Amino acid sequence: MSDCADKTDCAGLTSLRTKNLGLSLDGAAKLADITLDLPPAGITILMGPNGAGKSLLLLLLHGLMNPSAGEILWSGRLLDPQITMRQSLVFQRPVLLRRTVAGNIDFILRARGRSDTARRDLALREVGLNDMAKAHARALSGGEQQRLALARALITDPDVLFLDEPTANLDPTATGLIEKIVRRTAEAGTKVIFVTHDPGQARRLADDVVFLNRGRIAKHADAGSFFSDPGHEAARAYLAGELPL
Amino acid sequence: MDSAAELAVALMLSADPDLIEIVWLSLKVSLSAVFLSCLVGMPLGAFLATTSFAGRGGVIVIVNALMGLPPVVVGLMVYLALSRSGPMGFLGLLYTPTAMIIAQTLLIAPIVTALSRQVLEDMYGEYRSFFRSIGLRKDQTILALIRDARLALVTVALAGFGRATAEVGAVMIVGGNIDHLTRVMTTAIALETSRGNLALAMALGLILMLLALVVNALAHGLRLSTTRLSSV
Repeated sequence: MSDCADKTDCAGLTSLRTKNLGLSLDGAAKLADITLDLPPAGITILMGPNGAGKSLLLLLLHGLMNPSAGEILWSGRLLDPQITMRQSLVFQRPVLLRRTVAGNIDFILRARGRSDTARRDLALREVGLNDMAKAHARALSGGEQQRLALARALITDPDVLFLDEPTANLDPTATGLIEKIVRRTAEAGTKVIFVTHDPGQARRLADDVVFLNRGRIAKHADAGSFFSDPGHEAARAYLAGELPL
Repeated sequence: MDSAAELAVALMLSADPDLIEIVWLSLKVSLSAVFLSCLVGMPLGAFLATTSFAGRGGVIVIVNALMGLPPVVVGLMVYLALSRSGPMGFLGLLYTPTAMIIAQTLLIAPIVTALSRQVLEDMYGEYRSFFRSIGLRKDQTILALIRDARLALVTVALAGFGRATAEVGAVMIVGGNIDHLTRVMTTAIALETSRGNLALAMALGLILMLLALVVNALAHGLRLSTTRLSSV
């Protein structure tokens, strides 16, 4: 799957366990007591109101921020830069290089030392951008840019794909295309952790839901039981659109 | 002024060999200095843009301050270093175009470094999370930034070129304004002015301004394309 040389070390690092994870910024606690045990497959939705700490948790789990307390274990291994390299992150606002569509994919392949035009073309075809390979990436529409970011994230065959509200600024059609790709990716064995504040999207995608409120986990349950009975007052109020800010 | 303009046009049309020699040497010295400054200044600017270390703020302040280095001071420093009794006197470079290139490089390198740092730091702010996410090494980060900012960096280089072609103090001190050897546009203008050949000095000045105009028009065009690509 990943580009690790030793195949015995190459088993997907997809099951996540965190213990009492905490994050403070400028003395203010942003996340506290995050203890999680996520299944190694499927789509986990991180949901919660604005400011709940969803994106911060995502950055912690990917190793882009260091926790103030607790630890993060991927398949029993403490998070380190090698694990980060075996994961991919798609941001809410796609960070595209000032290059062509193909150039954006080639960049990451070259960075990993494995240029492969056939592989690049296939990746673009999978997200429906094969006809736009020579277009400037920043001239694409919002939905196309996000699909390109997704193709670039997937070209390295990550163990884990993080998505931070990737459809927040997109119309329903573009959102539907992204969701389709994400579902296909999860079915192919990549663990997906998806941040959204859209309950409808969570219902469409989730295998399990982690509901965050004020920097803490209010509820973690499989999707079916979460949506039939959120089991937590804040989650219930959020789904009903009644959570006080 | 009219006679100076007429003389300038006449000089250009006549393809006067002396004038061509002076213009060519001016371009050679300035372009060489810009090339060397970019070679040193752009990677250094990229390093400063992407690296946190103790005293980074102080280094940036110093580099920014060096943009205002007085040319005569740089000329004097290079003169002392290259003069026969100086530490590099054995090289015999004083009053050669090489000495002029060294002096101009010292003048322009801080400009290129400081402006490159600013351009690349802005871009790095945008790319940083993505680069960290994919585990890009420092050298890969710097190369990627320089590649993506290439149009803006050409503008930086042109700003350095503009400063170099307009410079007179340093090249006068280390070059000596020797006819057919180290005479460039600016030193020729200074000489003709002191001789009282004001029309010729003005004509040379007009040609120099024309060169500066071409350089600035080029910079403006590149800046526009950079902006257009960044905003789409």
